Amino acid sequence: MKNIRSLFIACCLLLPVAAAGQVPYKRIADAGAEPGNWLTYSGGYQSHRFSRLAQITPANVGRLKTAWVYQFKQKGTQETSPVVVDGVMYVSESPTIVTALDARTGRTLWSWRRDISPLVKTIGFSKVNRGVAILDDTVYVGALDCYLVALDAKTGAVRWETKVEDNATGYSITAAPLAIDGKIIVGVSGGETGIRGFLDAYDAKSGKRAWRCWTIPGPEDPGRETWGGDSWKTGAGATWLTGSYDPELNLLYWGTGNPGPDWNGDSRPGDNLYTCSLLAIDAATGKMKWYFQFTPHDVHDWDANQIPVLIDANWHGRPRKLVAMANRNAFYYLLDRVTGEFLLGEPYAKQTWAKGLDAKGSPIVLPNTEPTIEGNLVWPSLQGSTNWHSPSYSPLTKMFYVAAREMGAYYYKGEAVYKPGTFFAGGGERALVGDKAYGAVRALDVTTGKMKWEFRLQSPPWAGVLATAGGVVFSGSNEGNFFALDAATGKPLWDFQTGGAIEANPISFLIDEKQHVAIAAGQALFVFGLHSSGSRR
Amino acid sequence: MKWNRRLCLFALFLAAAIAAARPGQDRDVTLTVDELAQGKRVYVGQCALCHGIEGVGGRGPALNQPALRRAKDDVALYNVIKNGVAGTEMPASWHMTEREVWRVVAYIRYLNRAEDVNLTGDAGRGRELYRAKGCAGCHIVRGEGGASGPELTGIGARRSAAYLREALIEPAASAPEGYLVVSVVTRAGRNLRGVRVNEDSFTIQLRDGEDRFHSFRKSELKDLKKEFGVSTMPSYKTLAATELDDLIAYLASLGGVK
Repeated sequence: MKNIRSLFIACCLLLPVAAAGQVPYKRIADAGAEPGNWLTYSGGYQSHRFSRLAQITPANVGRLKTAWVYQFKQKGTQETSPVVVDGVMYVSESPTIVTALDARTGRTLWSWRRDISPLVKTIGFSKVNRGVAILDDTVYVGALDCYLVALDAKTGAVRWETKVEDNATGYSITAAPLAIDGKIIVGVSGGETGIRGFLDAYDAKSGKRAWRCWTIPGPEDPGRETWGGDSWKTGAGATWLTGSYDPELNLLYWGTGNPGPDWNGDSRPGDNLYTCSLLAIDAATGKMKWYFQFTPHDVHDWDANQIPVLIDANWHGRPRKLVAMANRNAFYYLLDRVTGEFLLGEPYAKQTWAKGLDAKGSPIVLPNTEPTIEGNLVWPSLQGSTNWHSPSYSPLTKMFYVAAREMGAYYYKGEAVYKPGTFFAGGGERALVGDKAYGAVRALDVTTGKMKWEFRLQSPPWAGVLATAGGVVFSGSNEGNFFALDAATGKPLWDFQTGGAIEANPISFLIDEKQHVAIAAGQALFVFGLHSSGSRR
Repeated sequence: MKWNRRLCLFALFLAAAIAAARPGQDRDVTLTVDELAQGKRVYVGQCALCHGIEGVGGRGPALNQPALRRAKDDVALYNVIKNGVAGTEMPASWHMTEREVWRVVAYIRYLNRAEDVNLTGDAGRGRELYRAKGCAGCHIVRGEGGASGPELTGIGARRSAAYLREALIEPAASAPEGYLVVSVVTRAGRNLRGVRVNEDSFTIQLRDGEDRFHSFRKSELKDLKKEFGVSTMPSYKTLAATELDDLIAYLASLGGVK
């Protein structure tokens, strides 16, 4: 009897520990209620990349110090955005490595590495991994060889792996998956190899595919008429960045990439749906509810693989469900996320390709802005006015913060010959680099798109932005500066030279009830806090 | 028309020559006159900025030479165009198909039938002039010299004689990248002018005329002026013509291709 009682007490003591390792869907859906964790790629399904933690303020941010540094195992700049759950940080790195770290100290709890062949095809992008998803007690990661892998969150043991598509034809995965209720959503890279893009959902427990939503319409699908001949078969439209989710509408919001071949549109007359678009997809069925195409018949590689930011705000006096995107093509867009209706479009960076947008949001394209054999100078460069690095939205300031790139490029038109698994792009660019280019963190009024302030950067950035409830905005630079700005004014408050290019997104979380900020820089992950040193807390 | 006829004859010659010269590459490529003309269009748009319209060189080496230092045959030239040259300003042409690269190879071969440029100067006398004029105060050759100007150890392999002449006569017209002249005024009122060594969004590092480093946080500066198109190098247009030829011959001999 005594033993049974002891067992009961032991079970009661263990239960909270076991439960603490669990990340049910409801926790992610209500991620804002537990800002001490960072439960999904963009911090929440709305993709605000906003922390409700308010301990770090403009007044004290100058006291930030490194709490710990984690050295990645792999050479090369890392683009990862960690997830933090109940004292454990899950961080990915190239080519496909996932490591669980003690969030207090940075010490490794477990590490898993997928055996990636050096011959893996990553054509048109680097061998990176941008992050993981967690659901219940499983960590999910997309692999460079185009597999989706489920790992035990406590040990890193592989629970299942599923082939998403054939890497030999150019498909790959670099984006963090998105975990929703019972499903894992994963997009693919490969837009420079003439893939046919899609977004997939997999059963979280079994790894079995639940649905596939093609981004390029097939022969019987609406939109097929926007592709000349058989060009749809190599139409690209990759889905290579994590999207957003509205649980109430049960809609996923996902950006699609360039049409193929990138810079030579001769073989694909038409608008080339659904490339360079934002798709709203029914999470239950995978059916497309609506689409909005930012750049019809794109010939500059202006992917719409940016973060769709879901915002509930007043629009012309009444509350509406909105989705905002600062697009690679230099325009900031505001759409109704229930219907896809275009509400607003404003340039937020220099562009020389469009006179403006019409009433439906379609660009009024200027003549002589297409790539040519000799080269045609156009802003923005093919890397865009922004790219995959995340923007941030603060519901407190009502500002949309974006790391903008000011760079033009000579666009070249070349030949495109499709051979499966090879470069299929039809041209390229020579970007204006050095002092001819620069960057800026810009704060836009979320409902007008007008710039409220900017903080100039030495070069066009590849780092995302994090806004916090303390009134601070964090971001990074190619030159290794990790810095904090006043969210209201853009005034620089603090900076730290990390010694490596920052091509990653910041996050914020609690260690021992104290707010910290993490950023990958070069080949290391830095964690900063308001401590006087790493060991005295 | 005259150019087209020359090109036509050259294309006929080239079709056989290139097919034989590419072990391990796609041997099925044969180039037509149109393709050679396309090679010219690509060259003019993408290569001429550095190598000159007629391949006379500029920022990049002259290509109108029978012997190219980094491209002793067509395959080597193909690889230079396709992959670039590490450690130099020559970029990779990742965006071009194999065939497009071969067209450019063909056009460069058309250009490089020209006779070797005959440098009239005396490199030995030029070396003495280099010393006498104090060039080593600002430039390093084989580990010796100052650092406020670009190292010249391999300058003959990287720059054409025409470019070197321009750099000597009118330095500002060819102010080298990475040697931006910057003037700063600190909040304390201190003035300093030097060459930018490094810069990020918050700091800047300068090298003054005496090779001393200076570091500033931008927040410490009252004024930061970047003098684009300005060079700290004096003009040598007052040199006698033969002296200029000698100096160019010496510089062209550094790195040894000419």
